Amino acid sequence: MEEQVQAKNKFVVPIGPQHPALKEPGHFEFTVDGEIVVGATVRLGYAHRGIEKGCEDRNWAQGMYLVERVCGICSHIHAMTFALGAEKLANVTAPPRAQAIRLLVGELERIHSHMLWLGVQAHEGGFDTLFMYTWRDRETVMDLLEMLTGNRVNYSANVLGGVKCDVTDPIASEILKGMDFLEQRARYYLDIVSTDETFLGRTRDVGTMTKEQALRIGAIGPTGRASGLERDVRLNAPYAGYVDFPIKVVTEQGGDLLARTLVRVKELFESIRLIREVLDKLPPGEISVRMPRRVPEGAVVSRVEAPRGEVLYYMKSAGSDKPERIKIRTPSICNWATVMATAVGHKLADMPMLLAGIDPCFSCSDRSVKIVRRDDEQYMTWEALRQYGNGFYR
Amino acid sequence: MEGNFERTLIDGLNTWARTNSPWAIHYNSGSCNGCDIEILATLTPRYDIERLGIKLQGSPRHADVLICTGPVSRQSRDRLVRIYEQMPDPKFVVAVGSCAISGGAFRGLYNIMGGIDEVIPVNVFIPGCPPRPEAIIYGVVQLLETLKK
Repeated sequence: MEEQVQAKNKFVVPIGPQHPALKEPGHFEFTVDGEIVVGATVRLGYAHRGIEKGCEDRNWAQGMYLVERVCGICSHIHAMTFALGAEKLANVTAPPRAQAIRLLVGELERIHSHMLWLGVQAHEGGFDTLFMYTWRDRETVMDLLEMLTGNRVNYSANVLGGVKCDVTDPIASEILKGMDFLEQRARYYLDIVSTDETFLGRTRDVGTMTKEQALRIGAIGPTGRASGLERDVRLNAPYAGYVDFPIKVVTEQGGDLLARTLVRVKELFESIRLIREVLDKLPPGEISVRMPRRVPEGAVVSRVEAPRGEVLYYMKSAGSDKPERIKIRTPSICNWATVMATAVGHKLADMPMLLAGIDPCFSCSDRSVKIVRRDDEQYMTWEALRQYGNGFYR
Repeated sequence: MEGNFERTLIDGLNTWARTNSPWAIHYNSGSCNGCDIEILATLTPRYDIERLGIKLQGSPRHADVLICTGPVSRQSRDRLVRIYEQMPDPKFVVAVGSCAISGGAFRGLYNIMGGIDEVIPVNVFIPGCPPRPEAIIYGVVQLLETLKK
């Protein structure tokens, strides 16, 4: 919106917040010159709920269930980040078995999230067959998560001081069986996305971002790794089970949509390998330890690698049973800038795939809201606009 | 009498069409998107709600059923009302998830107004955090059953 439309032949295309492409509310404005996009802006905040403030009214255990609902796709990650931070503040260490199970659920969640994304990306490219295939196969991992934790989404696997679900032998063998199936399917997807001409045509050299650009804009997660940035919290600052079970970082050099797709599909193999290794060497023992109700005074930064990138929590305690301040930084908000930077120069028809390419999560992004008042006569109030809109179509 | 007969016939035809092929539109008014991915899961092969004639599509002007997820945030309240007003009559609203019923886990937060029924009338509530795809299908079928009567 900052750059005003100059020439007469430029046109602003508003999209959202209710739109058929993505399932979440976000408003975009693309300035187009004919078919070519010359400017892009995003307006977020429709899903802002006030979770950070809400955490201050709840005690530590209740807060964990609230932050789990920051985002329904990476819910385990948020709860784990919160639990790890609170445990660090309270000088409590969860037992090794609990840490391994946290890793296990985290990697299952990564598989579910990446498959979900692959389906959505294929759908945006008009490749609905792949969308239906990935979502059918994704039900396998949803079943495993449900068997392990009791719910398909928002699993609540964490408690402060450990986890609440144990991996028994029958569950472990079911998970291994599921992994065999998923590995075979992932190989099929890798084959499809790297050889199918239609898909390549929509993704190759679209939204290319160089390593320098990615560094400057601050791209993280798979979006950054697709531009050759070797950054992964799981490797750079291992937490939970990742200390004992190191990962191999998957990177691509292309920086375009194809590279972003390949990074995510290849990460499926890495997650499957890690899950097999964890189940093979699952440490015995307790799954949780006692956590004090009151958490000692202090502040901590807790970092975890979510499917979309790095999640960062700043947590401050004043020594009571409630947090003093929780600040959440989610990966989507970092990656928005990459879309706005790479959109310019592409056709309007490429926008859905570019938007979906960073795996955006609006409920994650809407951590804060800034209201900009404009007293320009071009802008109408909501009420006036609604009256106008309803009258227009009557 | 004849006019009455014709009206009954047309009403019957309308109900038949409406209950056999309802078009739905989905709006997330501040949900954590757990419910949204479950709604999407009901459209995909394992659950496949399209076999019951239910189609999710983009424009409110083509829709019979508004499927809402999430609590109503102060930012999206106006949008939700606007989408509801744009839908042609008769229109029905299905509220999916605990948040859509009462605000759920987010009840009392400063940017949350409460459930969907604070803002627009709701026909069917589907509880769960998030509800299973089976529950969503059951809820929609309940709505269609009431329409048949």
